[in-house]
Amino acid sequence: MDWFPLYNSLRVALISTFITFFLGIFAAHYIAKTPRLIKGVLDGILTLPLVLPPTVIGFFLLKIIGPLGPVGSRVLEVFGFKLTMTWYSAVFATTIISFPLIYRTARGAFESFDSTLLYSGQTLGLSNTFLFWRVVMPNCKQGILAGAVLSFARALGEFGATTMVSGYIPGRTAIISTTVYQLWREGNDALAYKWVFINLIISFIVLVTVNMLENSYKQPVGAAKDHFEHED
Amino acid sequence: MSIYVKIIKSFGNFVLNTEFEAGNEILALLGSSGSGKSMTLKCIAGIVKPDEGRIVVDGVTLFDSDKKINLSPQERHVGLLFQNYALFPNMTVEQNLYTVLKNCNGQKNTKERLDLLLESFYLTGLEKHYPGQLSGGQQQRVALARIMASDPKIIMLDEPLSALDSYLRWQVEKELTEILGKYKGSTLYVSHNRDEVYRLCKKVCVINKGHSEKVSSVNEFFNSPSTLASALLSGCKNYSKAEKLSHNTVHAFDWKVNLRCNTFIPDDTKYIGVRAHRILPFRMGDECQNKVICRVLEIRHDLFSVIITLTPQDADPKKEFSQIQMELPSIEDNFVLPGDIMAVNIPIDMIMPLRK
Repeated sequence: MDWFPLYNSLRVALISTFITFFLGIFAAHYIAKTPRLIKGVLDGILTLPLVLPPTVIGFFLLKIIGPLGPVGSRVLEVFGFKLTMTWYSAVFATTIISFPLIYRTARGAFESFDSTLLYSGQTLGLSNTFLFWRVVMPNCKQGILAGAVLSFARALGEFGATTMVSGYIPGRTAIISTTVYQLWREGNDALAYKWVFINLIISFIVLVTVNMLENSYKQPVGAAKDHFEHED
Repeated sequence: MSIYVKIIKSFGNFVLNTEFEAGNEILALLGSSGSGKSMTLKCIAGIVKPDEGRIVVDGVTLFDSDKKINLSPQERHVGLLFQNYALFPNMTVEQNLYTVLKNCNGQKNTKERLDLLLESFYLTGLEKHYPGQLSGGQQQRVALARIMASDPKIIMLDEPLSALDSYLRWQVEKELTEILGKYKGSTLYVSHNRDEVYRLCKKVCVINKGHSEKVSSVNEFFNSPSTLASALLSGCKNYSKAEKLSHNTVHAFDWKVNLRCNTFIPDDTKYIGVRAHRILPFRMGDECQNKVICRVLEIRHDLFSVIITLTPQDADPKKEFSQIQMELPSIEDNFVLPGDIMAVNIPIDMIMPLRK
């Protein structure tokens, strides 16, 4: 059995998760602070990939990074390599499609963060950078990690956009999802079942991980009691 | 050490307009919920930017809308104790304090200062605990120690006792008194609880619907509040719209009686107030006092007192201030019953003339 699709799937998913992790946190952190109207518009744009059919994303991507697209033709001209039909083409597709998952969970975590912690840190003279990395991030950790794991799972399961931009070339661009499709077309059910089984195991592990992260996230981290007694 | 604050900040319909000054003392900002007390502290700390005004601490201008000065919270060196104490939940007691100490005076003798803080705030033994493992009182001590670690020029406490249950509150209040007693700068103490203010503070500034009144001493505030709002906050229960008739008589509109009064009556008196425990049943020999004939509406037994609600015989019971509450330490059985007519004595020296 050729293990390349597994290796390639994990490679693509890990790289795109790495990219969306930073992009998602960055976007979430800044958008959580913007006024409501701007927040609504930006939120809509950044969440679109979650609801659009992957083929629509694939279509747009091909128009942009394809050999005739504005970016694709420039890269081909200057650097001499194509952005489509290679293993890393899939990274473009999965990054866009899995981005909303980490962005939304991170934003939720930032928005439910108790801002008095930030304010008290500021009045104590601690810098905003210090507070972000040592107070905000540790207290939003579980939410953000759960988002990252979900976005990894989504990247791993991507089919539509990936197959459009990187195609199916055995040993070069094949990933698990495209391999299963190809095997089914060839009528090779025995091998298709093996890949389906592998995919099931990976997805299951991922979901259990998310569940565990979310449960520990919901437990009180030890914030002070927030109850006020009003007398008189 | 001093603080001067004069700020205006509007949110929709609500306008916060406060002005006060404090020296090396504990100044209470007293007001009901939503009167703008906490907002005032946030403006001083630099968390909220006022629309206009000036904030000066120890001669350093923190905010001045005319000169376009607006220091960041980090540059202000103002300690603010939040209602929920705002300890970093991911750090131990020691780390919470150490972070601030290290940031404030670089690397030199941080360890000694940490030990000193732990000791003087009775936190020895709790170093490795996380805030979630501490009681409300302990959390507050850590939060105060952390504020002291940052070497603040003034400290501000936002309802420091309101998050504690009444059992703990007394103990924590005692510790707080001790800690604040050692502090040499100005302290602003926000509260809606008059008893706390009476015990802990020297001066009071009443904030009523966003507007601050003149700063007065605690004794002045409780013995002779000058406005209706401060009388309400000082716990006075009985009011009537009133008008000055002569240098020693007022007419109480809501009670439909003329009352003699031996305290000074300003010309702009709009209300009078009488504390519930100052009103007494009328007895023989009280002729030189104010006798008011009332009907008993209700008798309620409180923990250590009895509260009798009355309405003066001629008063219109639908009017806002027509009821009078009389608080007695105890009464005999069948002393009076609802519906009875009863004469009460409003002592001439217990009437507080109030401005609007």
